Amino acid sequence: MKLLGAALAALLMMQGAVRAEDFSLSQACPPSFQKVDGLCQFRSLYQLYPSLEGQGVGGLKTGLPPIRDGFSPQQIDLGRYLFFDPLLSADGTVACASCHEPDKGFADGRGRAIGITGEPVKRSAPSLWNVGFLKRLFWDARADSLEAQMEGPLYDAMEMGNTREGLLAALNGNLNYRRLFATAFERPATNEITLAEIYLAIAGFESSLISLNSRYDYYAHGQADALSEEEIEGLNVFRSFVARCAECHTPPLFTNQQIAVIGTPEPEGMARDTGVAGPTGDPTLRGGFKVPSLRNVALTGPYMHSGRFKTLEEVGDFYTKGRGHAVPEGEELYLHWHIWEPQLRPEEVKSVAAFLQALTDESMKPETPAAVPSGLRVGARVLD
Amino acid sequence: MERHLKWIVPVGTAAIGLVLGALIFGGGDKPHDEVLVAANPLFSGGDGGSLQGMQVTGVRHEVHDGESIQAAVKAAKAGDVIAVYPGTYHETVYIDKSSITMTGVVREGRYPTLDGEKKLNDAFLYSGDNITIENFKIINYKGNGVMGQAGNNFVIRNNLIHDAGVYGIFPEFGKNGLVEHNVLSGIEDAAIYIGMSDNVDVRHNKVYDNVAGIEIENSRHALVEGNYAYNNTGGILVFITPGLPIKTTYDVIVRDNFVLDNNHENFGAPGSIVSGIPAGTGILVMAADDVVIENNIIAGNDNAGLIVTDISSVTNVASDPESEPNPDRVRILENVMFNNGNNPIGELKALMLTQLETKGPDIVDTGAGSDKCVMNGARYRAYGLGSYRPCRADEISTATIASMTLSAPAEPFVIAADTQDGYERIVGERAYYGVCTGCHAYGVRLIGPPVTEIQAIYEDNPEALAAYIADPVKVRENFPEMPPQDYLSEETRLAVAKYILSTTNTDGR
Ligand code: HEC
Ligand code: HEC
Ligand code: HEC
Repeated sequence: MKLLGAALAALLMMQGAVRAEDFSLSQACPPSFQKVDGLCQFRSLYQLYPSLEGQGVGGLKTGLPPIRDGFSPQQIDLGRYLFFDPLLSADGTVACASCHEPDKGFADGRGRAIGITGEPVKRSAPSLWNVGFLKRLFWDARADSLEAQMEGPLYDAMEMGNTREGLLAALNGNLNYRRLFATAFERPATNEITLAEIYLAIAGFESSLISLNSRYDYYAHGQADALSEEEIEGLNVFRSFVARCAECHTPPLFTNQQIAVIGTPEPEGMARDTGVAGPTGDPTLRGGFKVPSLRNVALTGPYMHSGRFKTLEEVGDFYTKGRGHAVPEGEELYLHWHIWEPQLRPEEVKSVAAFLQALTDESMKPETPAAVPSGLRVGARVLD
Repeated sequence: MERHLKWIVPVGTAAIGLVLGALIFGGGDKPHDEVLVAANPLFSGGDGGSLQGMQVTGVRHEVHDGESIQAAVKAAKAGDVIAVYPGTYHETVYIDKSSITMTGVVREGRYPTLDGEKKLNDAFLYSGDNITIENFKIINYKGNGVMGQAGNNFVIRNNLIHDAGVYGIFPEFGKNGLVEHNVLSGIEDAAIYIGMSDNVDVRHNKVYDNVAGIEIENSRHALVEGNYAYNNTGGILVFITPGLPIKTTYDVIVRDNFVLDNNHENFGAPGSIVSGIPAGTGILVMAADDVVIENNIIAGNDNAGLIVTDISSVTNVASDPESEPNPDRVRILENVMFNNGNNPIGELKALMLTQLETKGPDIVDTGAGSDKCVMNGARYRAYGLGSYRPCRADEISTATIASMTLSAPAEPFVIAADTQDGYERIVGERAYYGVCTGCHAYGVRLIGPPVTEIQAIYEDNPEALAAYIADPVKVRENFPEMPPQDYLSEETRLAVAKYILSTTNTDGR
């Protein structure tokens, strides 16, 4: 099983499905990055604005938190190939892009993601836009780097089902990858590809997914008519102290990167997710989740950690119905103090949903490669 | 309705908090309408005049009863004054621009009144820098009276705010501000709430019949001075709330305040942090560091005059390992405290009973934190001050600190310290990479033509390039139209034009 991917790839290459010369790595940094001494440094208009205590949370003209940057263009482009290549999974059917599809806001349009087994996993696949700014990853914040995060899906039996040995064998058995890694890491192709190199390249690609040019951003930079009347109304509800959305989904990233217990329900019949209490063992964090960014949120339904809500209006209704209304009898949760009884009117919920649509920006969406070095189907996934 | 202003800017006066500039609108058809507009005291010191957006001239917009305040805000530009006349206004006014003065015109006791009729959320929302909001009456809102999100150099003063929802005045993520001479009552959380902010003075306000009078939370460098806090559930609170993105509170002076009879029944919303505050609390210091309590009159608070405690006193919130829980280096200086603790409740009552006492103390410290000191500690009915040392001679007065506000306004932009480039070049570079590289690259065609081609067309004419991007016309047959970049300011468009014409990046972008 372990070597299946490698064997498959080797087979395909022998059949001439992919030729080595089809693959080269970009020497240019992705959009929003400037090449300085060979490395890609992040650039944005938001870097002109200060933020209190450098924390990257505030209002319209507030600077961003620090981003993970400084990868080379070649590493980032190699990461792009890896991201779309199902060779990374145990049986060559699942790529990162299977659950994080560029055309679905780097999520998958499902309530719960489906991996190698064809069965839904426990949680929903989050968007990866702007993920390079996040200090903690996963809904339950259990990983503190992109590298640590990746070890989740790669080796999870339900997701990509691979092992470290299987992954290394597959990539080292592929001549294209041997050559591409040699280029990206400026070392001989005779060297074995290492896990650290794989993780770094994928992390570089993930960090290049920048979405900061939405109509909301135009408004923030000063164009008063970039948002419609209804969207401005929605922004005002969003940041009002009645709805309090902006207290947790704080601009400019629309997350304050904290953990909050808000008492969301699971889909019918599903066992309760203990959230951050799982990895930390702290009972006060039971049902707590990392506040997700809302950038490109219109593209990433269904919503919440297990996809209970289909639309943004349903999400708005959840908050409106008030503190603890969806918490089952006998469940002790330390609900966040901002979760109260906002009693938003239907038109307010609608305007907030309209405002959230204005956070959509895919102008820097990377190109999906036409082919991946393994010759497997680009971004392959288990079909319904 | 617009008249040009002439500001009289005083020379050589640096004292903050004085009414410095005066402006008289004489003549015209309204003989009684001369208005005094005090210069923003935060800009009077230093050479702030050279900073961006700090114009001291502008246009005056008048808003009269029946007209829309928001319409005037929309029409206003940086430096303008919006004078709102007596009348009743039902609006949420949002100010997403900088350097705007909202000034109420009070006539024979009649205020311009913003009335939310318990239907509207917030009265004022601002995000810009250099905002002044003064002389308004604000009632019946559901959210906040005045809420700031990240505006720096704010002045909120002389407002009467009653039953305006959760907070009366709430600047958040702001640096350098002044909240003074406001009167607030009937607020179901904190009347004045300085949250996640730096360098703020809260002076000479009157707060009563609220759950919390004045709250300094997850903020640094604050002066709470000369306020009158009575009949709130808790008078003045200085603390850290866990779970917020900015985690510290330190360097806070609470001095010269009257903190009297704060015995109001707690009517905080279930689940709110303040809903756990025992009625009868004069001053509460929780987990905050370097707090000075000086020259206050603290009396008639039935639970305790001053409580110093760690973060474990909030029991209804999820824990946050990143918040340091202990109150360190608290200094209790000269204060007048009497008649506190007549009816202690909850934990404090139980604690006092273990001491065979039925009365609560002037001061109670629950024991956490280090290096705390007290002056003349023996004069107070105190409990738990065993670990306090006497304050040293250099610690016994804060008289040398007149204000916690900055000596020059906080700047609206940042430039990395290690760059040699001028501001315009940096703006151009940020805009080029942050926006244009989505469609343009140096040597190759992407969605738009390569930069080399643009350089050949515009050569030495950045002005023409800047004009094109504000309002692009279709040039090339086989290209899509370029979307207008008019959301970039004129200054930014010129900067990016100059940048694009001078860049020599041969690496593809
Ligand atoms: C089977 C579907 C699936 C595949 C394949 C998959 N992911 Fe995910 N991804 C998820 C789910 C579900 C989560 C949330 C899991 C959780 O929080 O416990 C997630 C979370 C993440 C996160 C955290 C985002 C955040 O905001 O916290 C990142 C980053 C990520 N995935 C990247 C990747 C990368 C890189 C790969 C390929 C190595 C990959 N994923 C493969 C489903 C998938
Ligand atoms: C107390 C902090 C808090 C407040 C206030 C808050 N949220 Fe959330 N929000 C969260 C957390 C935590 C989650 C994830 C919860 C989960 O998955 O169970 C979330 C999830 C969401 C999601 C789903 C995102 C996704 O990718 O699935 C949306 C949309 C959203 N919130 C919108 C709002 C709106 C609109 C408001 C105001 C009405 C609001 N939030 C107020 C903390 C908050
Ligand atoms: C969404 C894609 C997009 C973005 C973003 C974009 N452009 Fe363009 N640009 C184009 C396209 C497409 C054309 C070609 C238009 C035509 O020829 O009709 C173009 C043409 C131009 C031209 C040539 C005009 C001429 O006279 O031939 C200039 C100059 C230019 N862009 C500057 C900029 C600058 C500066 C920015 C960033 C502030 C920018 N563009 C951002 C797509 C874009």
